[in-house]
Amino acid sequence: MMNMLVNLLGWVDDRFPLTKMWKEHLSEYYAPKNFNFWYFFGSLALLVLVIQIISGIWLTMSYKPDAVMAFGSVEYIMRDVDMGWLIRYIHSTGASAFFIVVYLHMFRGMMYGSYKKPRELIWVFGMLIYLCLMAEAFLGYLLPWGQMSYWGAQVIVNLFAAVPFGIGEPLSEWIRGDYVISDVTLNRFFAFHVIAVPFALAGLVVAHILALHEVGSNNPDGVEIKKNKGPDGKPLDGIPFHPYYTVKDIVGVVVFLIIFALILFFAPEGFGYFMEAPNFEPANPLKTPDHIAPVWYFTPFYAILRAVPSIAGSAFPGVVVMFASVLILFLLPWMDRSPVKSIRYRGASFKILLFLFVIDFFVLGFLGTKPTTELYKLMAQIGTIYYFVYFFALMILPSFEKTKPVPERVTG
Amino acid sequence: MKKIIIAGLFFVLSAPVFASSGAPLMHANNDLHDKASLQNGAKLFVNNCLSCHSAKYMRFNRMGRDLGMTKEQVAENLMFTTDKVVNTMDIAMKPDDAARWFGVLPPDLSVIARARGTDWLYTYFMSFYEDKARPFGVNNLLFKDVGMPHVLMDLQGKQVLIKDENGHEELKLAEAGTMGEEEFSNAMRDLVNFLEYLGEPIKTTRQAMGYKVILFLLVLFVFAYLLKKEYWKDIH
Repeated sequence: MMNMLVNLLGWVDDRFPLTKMWKEHLSEYYAPKNFNFWYFFGSLALLVLVIQIISGIWLTMSYKPDAVMAFGSVEYIMRDVDMGWLIRYIHSTGASAFFIVVYLHMFRGMMYGSYKKPRELIWVFGMLIYLCLMAEAFLGYLLPWGQMSYWGAQVIVNLFAAVPFGIGEPLSEWIRGDYVISDVTLNRFFAFHVIAVPFALAGLVVAHILALHEVGSNNPDGVEIKKNKGPDGKPLDGIPFHPYYTVKDIVGVVVFLIIFALILFFAPEGFGYFMEAPNFEPANPLKTPDHIAPVWYFTPFYAILRAVPSIAGSAFPGVVVMFASVLILFLLPWMDRSPVKSIRYRGASFKILLFLFVIDFFVLGFLGTKPTTELYKLMAQIGTIYYFVYFFALMILPSFEKTKPVPERVTG
Repeated sequence: MKKIIIAGLFFVLSAPVFASSGAPLMHANNDLHDKASLQNGAKLFVNNCLSCHSAKYMRFNRMGRDLGMTKEQVAENLMFTTDKVVNTMDIAMKPDDAARWFGVLPPDLSVIARARGTDWLYTYFMSFYEDKARPFGVNNLLFKDVGMPHVLMDLQGKQVLIKDENGHEELKLAEAGTMGEEEFSNAMRDLVNFLEYLGEPIKTTRQAMGYKVILFLLVLFVFAYLLKKEYWKDIH
């Protein structure tokens, strides 16, 4: 029996690099042995992607992308489809979980300088994944066809209408396929949500991982483990990803699933942040909600959008600044000029800058959920300025930052 | 031109119908595990609400099963709008008529508790008062100039709005109904309880399943952790 399996594997290996790939990416991919808590979120992001794809497939089996039937079909899934409620809550909780995991994953990169040479492309692919994720979340939020679905989409698509020179109006109509968000819009958003964007997402994830495995993982010390190889050619501070990190990541997965299950089974609405109460009212084009707030993961950028004063009655500057706030992240590898990667060996100035950036992101996120008042607007403006200051400060930081010496080997 | 018309429609239609004020909410304190309360709520619902409001995503047989009633009990006590127990809670009233009679289409109530919250609904039911200026002679402290008549006035009696010199508003029972004050507030608690059930019939099952899933994951965690420790014992 064993012999037959070995022969089968040999047969496959002659025709497809199965064993070679297994070794390259798992059993002989040497990862630094000093990964800490922050290194769980890469594999968790992959897990959530799989959860979203699988639960999404099952939702598609009963969901109707039709302005008349969409809202009802979601309730049909919640009530009449066997375990439909579970599948739907998995998908809705998964959407927020995806952003939580990805934000923590990105923060890890910012802390340990994982985007720096030679890992710039990993970061760029990661940012493209993040963009796809934002698109995916935005498109998916229209599908339940509730009030927030409808008016949220209306607000976002209208951002494109702010483009000047007579381009904006036709552009937003082209995106909607109609003068307002309608059945046509719902159908095309559905198409993009279930096939186009996930397809791009999957491809980018493969590129992200291939780029990572080409140069090797960074670690909390920011030391290149490939610089110190033993006589056998293996990094002295590296351990095979499989089995060491597979068994370790399983622990992370179980802890993640416990938190995931707590939300899914006991607070699927996420206290109004994961599923907004007005979205339990069917979309009504004639009734604008008192207060339109995007889902929590977009609120920092929404706060930035609203913080920028309009010029000559045009909201275009806000739109530009908002897009810039996302796109500037792409440039991070080239804006952070310090040769030291990890926060462990960087100066106090960097630590303070990054700490304030995190606070700033939370404050902006909070402000994005609230209706604007004079005070909130001022806070959002300060927050927006600091958001950009962070990146430009990184450019000039090396000239006065007191860094510590980076060790030769990882410190465990 | 088309756009201007659409924008105009938005403006005109959205303004008066949906204005609501922000009075402090009372607490519903309902209990989804209380079957008697849910059954009483269901009775109040089908007798008083389910002629203008539908609950078109809810099936009678499902409701009977969840509330601990037999099909016959459901058919006899709760089904006035249909004769098939597998049917959903639809109504015969035509949307056009409804809009003409009430000025606004009475919303479907299937998920109203999830949109409004139970405390809001409870406060709303308790906050009707006499207002001769309104078409049905009543207004609502929580939902100003609401289109709905006070369907339960016979039960509650007539409340009047009393304003003191500080502008503080309070509702007082001026004319008793067939129920006492406490009896009525308990009935409203049952009704809200039923509406919460209606919003998410699976809720109690979901929570019960949650404990089992988390228990399983905690056990799995122990094994996963020990496995990791075993593999990592010679990594220093």
